[in-house]
Amino acid sequence: MLQVSIYRYNPETDSEPYMQDVQVDTGGKDLMVLDVLELMKTQDATVAFRRSCREGVCGSDGVNMNGKNGLACITPLSATVRNNKLVLRPLPGLPVVRDLVVDMSMFYAQYEKVQPYLQNDTPAPAIERLQSPEERAKLDGLYECILCACCSTGCPSFWWNPERFIGPAGLLQAYRFLADSRDTATRERLARLDDPFSVFRCHGIQNCVNVCPKGLNPTRAIGHIRNMLLTRGT
Amino acid sequence: MVTSVTNLGRSGLFDWVVQRVSALVLLAYFAYIGCVLLGGVDYTGWRELYAQTWMRVFSLGALLSLVLHAWVGIWSVLTDYLTERMMGTTGTVLRLLAQLLCGIVIFVYTVWGIQILWGY
Ligand code: SF4
Ligand code: SF4
Ligand code: FES
Repeated sequence: MLQVSIYRYNPETDSEPYMQDVQVDTGGKDLMVLDVLELMKTQDATVAFRRSCREGVCGSDGVNMNGKNGLACITPLSATVRNNKLVLRPLPGLPVVRDLVVDMSMFYAQYEKVQPYLQNDTPAPAIERLQSPEERAKLDGLYECILCACCSTGCPSFWWNPERFIGPAGLLQAYRFLADSRDTATRERLARLDDPFSVFRCHGIQNCVNVCPKGLNPTRAIGHIRNMLLTRGT
Repeated sequence: MVTSVTNLGRSGLFDWVVQRVSALVLLAYFAYIGCVLLGGVDYTGWRELYAQTWMRVFSLGALLSLVLHAWVGIWSVLTDYLTERMMGTTGTVLRLLAQLLCGIVIFVYTVWGIQILWGY
C-alpha cells in the first residue's frame, strides 16, 4: 500500500486547504503518478486534477510530486517515491482552483506578452518562407516546449513577481522567435524585454532546467536573450 | 514594458552590467588587499600604501562599486519580498521606507569613506 498525501481544497466547501492521507494499492507495480491519481479517483470521485494525453505531450498534468514539479503521466513512482510516501501538491505559486487544479492565467499572460508568433512584414513568397537546415537547427531545444508550467512555477523569481517577470517558459518562447531567421521583429521584441523585470529577474538558479519534463534549458535561452540585448544595446 | 522608478538605470540591462562590472572591481580590490595583508603589513607600511594617490583612487573606485552593487542588489531583494502583491499598500510603503533608509546609509558611508581616504 502506497501512502499518498494529497492537497485538497474545494473553495465551495472548505474554508482552507488541507492534506488528505490516502492508501493506494498499486499492486506492487511501478505505476506512473497519474495512474495513482486515477486509482484515487475510483475511491473518491471528488479528487480534481487535469490530464489529457497521458503520455507527456499535452502538458496538462503538471503537479508537484514530493516537492518537485513534473508531469504525473510520465513520472514513475520509482523516480519520486521515498520511504513508500508520495506527497502531491498543485504547482506552486499559482492560485488553486480546486485540489491539484491551478489557475494558469498569470502564466499564459506572460506567454502572451512575448508575442509567440512569427512576425514578418516583408511580402510573403509564393509558397513558403524557406530556412536553411542550419537556421532551422537553431530552433531545436526551443520549439518542443509544451507549456506545462513546471518550470515557471518552480522558479522563485516567478513566485515573487508573476506579473512582471516573464518566467522561464515565456522567455524560452521569446528566444524561440528571436532566434527564428524568418522573424523580422527582433528589434521590437528586444526593446520590450529591456526593463529590470521581464528578463533580468532571472538569477540563474536553474530550477527550471532541473524540472523541465522535455529536457529543455530555459536558463541557456535567457542567457542568449541577455547577450542579444548586450550586443544590440537597445 | 514594465517600468520602475527606483532601480539604478532605466533599463535592466544597465543594472545588470553595473552589477557585473562593480563585482569585478570589488574582486580585484579585495584580492589586492588580501595579497598585501598576506605579505604582512605594519602601521607605517599601511599608511604609505594609502598615502599614494592611485591607491586612494582605487579605494574610492571600490567604494563606489560597493555602493552601486549594494543598491542594485538590495533593490532587487526588496522588490521581490516587500511588494504590493504580498502585503497590499503596506508592501509599497515598507519598501519605499527601506529604500530610503538604504539610500541614507549608502550616502553616509560614501561621504565618510571619502573623508577617510583624503582626510588624513
Ligand atoms: S534560471 Fe532563471 S528562470 Fe530558471 S528557475 Fe532560475 S531564476 Fe527562474
Ligand atoms: S520549458 Fe519545459 S517545463 Fe517549461 S513549460 Fe516548457 S516544457 Fe514545461
Ligand atoms: S496528461 Fe498530457 S502531459 Fe501528462
